[in-house]
Amino acid sequence: MDHLDRLEAQSIYILREAYKKFGKLGMLWSIGKDSTVMLWLAKKAFFGHCPFPLIHVDTTYKIPEMITFRDRVAKEYNLELIVHKNEEALHEGMGPQKGRLVCCKALKTDGLQQVVTKYEFEGLILGIRRDEEGSRSKERVFSERNKDSEWDYTNQPPELWDQFKTDFPKGNHIRVHPILHWNEIDIWSYIARENIPLVDLYFAKNGKRYRSLGCAPCTGQIDSNATTVAEIIEELKTTKVSERAGRAQDQEDSYAMQKLRKDGYM
Amino acid sequence: MAIAREVLNIVVVGHVDHGKSTVIGRLLYDTQSLPEGAIERVKRISREKGKPFEYAYLLDAFEEEQKQGITIDTTRLQFHTGKRDYVIIDAPGHKEFLKNMISGAASAEAALLIIDANEGIQEQSKRHGYLLSLLGIQKVYVLVNKMDLIDYSEEKFNEIRHEMNEFLNNLHVYPLKYIPVAAFYGENLASRSDKMPWYKGEPLLQAIDLLEKDQGLEGKPLRFPIQDVYKFDNRRIIAGRIESGTLNVGDEILISPSNKVTTVKSIEYWAEKDKQESVYAGMSVGITVADEFFNQRGEFISHVNNAPLSADTFKANLFWLGKRELVKNKEYKLKLVTQEIECEILSIIKVIDATTLENIENASQVKTNDVAEVIIRTKKKICFDEFKNNQNTGRFVIVDGYDVSGGGIVAGLVEEIQTASKFSQNDLQMVVNCFDEYYYVLSEGTVRKLEGRPHTFSVGDVMPTAGRTYEYPENFNVLDIQTKLVAKVRKSKLVDVVRLSAYNYDSLPVIDARGSFIRVESEEDFTQFRDELQRLDSTKVTAFANKWLEFTKFRVIRYLRDIKSPEQDYQI
Repeated sequence: MDHLDRLEAQSIYILREAYKKFGKLGMLWSIGKDSTVMLWLAKKAFFGHCPFPLIHVDTTYKIPEMITFRDRVAKEYNLELIVHKNEEALHEGMGPQKGRLVCCKALKTDGLQQVVTKYEFEGLILGIRRDEEGSRSKERVFSERNKDSEWDYTNQPPELWDQFKTDFPKGNHIRVHPILHWNEIDIWSYIARENIPLVDLYFAKNGKRYRSLGCAPCTGQIDSNATTVAEIIEELKTTKVSERAGRAQDQEDSYAMQKLRKDGYM
Repeated sequence: MAIAREVLNIVVVGHVDHGKSTVIGRLLYDTQSLPEGAIERVKRISREKGKPFEYAYLLDAFEEEQKQGITIDTTRLQFHTGKRDYVIIDAPGHKEFLKNMISGAASAEAALLIIDANEGIQEQSKRHGYLLSLLGIQKVYVLVNKMDLIDYSEEKFNEIRHEMNEFLNNLHVYPLKYIPVAAFYGENLASRSDKMPWYKGEPLLQAIDLLEKDQGLEGKPLRFPIQDVYKFDNRRIIAGRIESGTLNVGDEILISPSNKVTTVKSIEYWAEKDKQESVYAGMSVGITVADEFFNQRGEFISHVNNAPLSADTFKANLFWLGKRELVKNKEYKLKLVTQEIECEILSIIKVIDATTLENIENASQVKTNDVAEVIIRTKKKICFDEFKNNQNTGRFVIVDGYDVSGGGIVAGLVEEIQTASKFSQNDLQMVVNCFDEYYYVLSEGTVRKLEGRPHTFSVGDVMPTAGRTYEYPENFNVLDIQTKLVAKVRKSKLVDVVRLSAYNYDSLPVIDARGSFIRVESEEDFTQFRDELQRLDSTKVTAFANKWLEFTKFRVIRYLRDIKSPEQDYQI
């Protein structure tokens, strides 16, 4: 087995474990490269099926191409898709002008919490990776959230030999992270190997491309001439810029992500 | 297209403040693995906190960790050398975060154990050393750090080395190297230090490239624990990960502990390019089988002549991380690969102080962060291997309430409670019950089997051919219908174990593995018997047994007043 085979086998094991252990299970799909790879892994794990719904927490500030791509793929793959907006917050005029962290909390964290409560999810599958950012590097593969979606990061369960946490009180839920052990280059190498369809925004146009996708007002492009997956991989091998450098919300505070994630941010 | 490179996971362990995070931070710095601005960020944090620059801030991502200067939870970072990619796992040194240290260490293949040259060996240096041995991590380098604080003294370095070596060797941990370093200054990390000319070995970065990755799980006996069974598109797919060995389409397989035999019909796939006829250790796969048995999560698939152990009682070494003590006569949940079952601690043989190696015999409980030798009984039979034979199927965790509270490794079966004997010749093994004793228990009105003294017989061993309720001739053959192996006993000694296909009828009596005479008394009988055996399916077992097996040829069933009195009262 080569490196990508091992990553793939491990992710499939995790997805199957989640599917077996949790009654109500959903998978978050942000339309970005990571969660799209994760969707592909799910199809492999379940022999062409995706036996749980995909959830898109739509802030309404997403880049329009993302929504087009989402609807096209959902139709092609015959996916059960839950699109949820925090209508109340949007109605009250929530947006990045109110403060980026405030906006992220309301439209993403609270939006996600509303989905969990509404559908009574016991397990949520998310495509975060350890190499993205400090607080994610300390995550478990199966990570418990209380009824308010809060993460008690100072008291995480031991995780030994793929024996994951599957026992928890009612009302809590488990975040499952099947690609936690991948890094950014792994993701792109796998996209190349498997020929996974991806939203066009990642590929350079006029010397600019997106490296990490989020909401339009808070996500910047990077200078790049990489128009193919192979060129992106070459570019990543030499870059010194961090993956989320284009994400404005991360720069608000030294511990911005930790604080957001403690409250249930993905 | 990127070429996939080899990846090695290394955990860094040791006592608090001995410099684990500094070693890692400095390695990342020296290998130019840090993103732009990372060092500036650390400088800013140091300024804000009014503290000197520390590499540790690179890893301690949580605000609490940076403010208090302690590592709470394990983290992972990647860097690469010319040879391969590394995932470095930073494990907390504080005793109260031992569960996080173990979480980090459990996924590593190699370890760096850090000891502060000035402080010397401390409690967690030893405890972490002990836990590495329990986790089966054999590739260990000991880094004697902060050599600058002891004037780069070779003599003091040697003292620490001798003392630590003595402790670790007692645990059967044999560090591959001791390296003197001053991590903060990068001495003997990326390059050799001119302050320690007496050190002739490699600096750390070169030394880790010398570690060889584990090989060989593919070559071990097949272990394929069922993770789930899917019914998609009219295919009934048995899904799971192959923990060891290799599986091919057409293989005859044994499903344990229910002891069903069938063959592999197909290996399933979604993408056409993933189609294959053979799968092996590490792969998450799905198969279909020839016979539609009811299969369920937890059952083990193996090859018929190389089954896992199957028992409800076994000896284990475990470490306890629970908030409450581990006690006897309480129900816990045991998880071993995909098996989950209620269990209890039958006895606590001894509790070991992981820092002094002192033993407490007959303890009544195992406290948080203790290590112990125990006997565990599960509610039903489960499958496993001894840890020394197969890491993946020889380890388990114990869940107390909602929490994973302990982990352990299977040390072996409990001799007195072991249920069956074995014949063994190289890789051929058969489980035999022909030495069990059968009694009619008067108080119960039923025939009961008393297990014989279990033993593994290798070629050359003398067989207990005359028991209380059986007596076999001096020369005979034992044929295991399940695994299709034949054991040859001559002059009451085991002389060979062969596959049925390699066995020729030799006019000697043949018994089955339970001790029944097989009514084969001529070459012609044998040919017919073998043909019927090959075609045997689960619905015709009774007819087959009635036709071929004769239980009382070499046996008598004696009467017993009750099961507790071993002396028989009557004989029929």
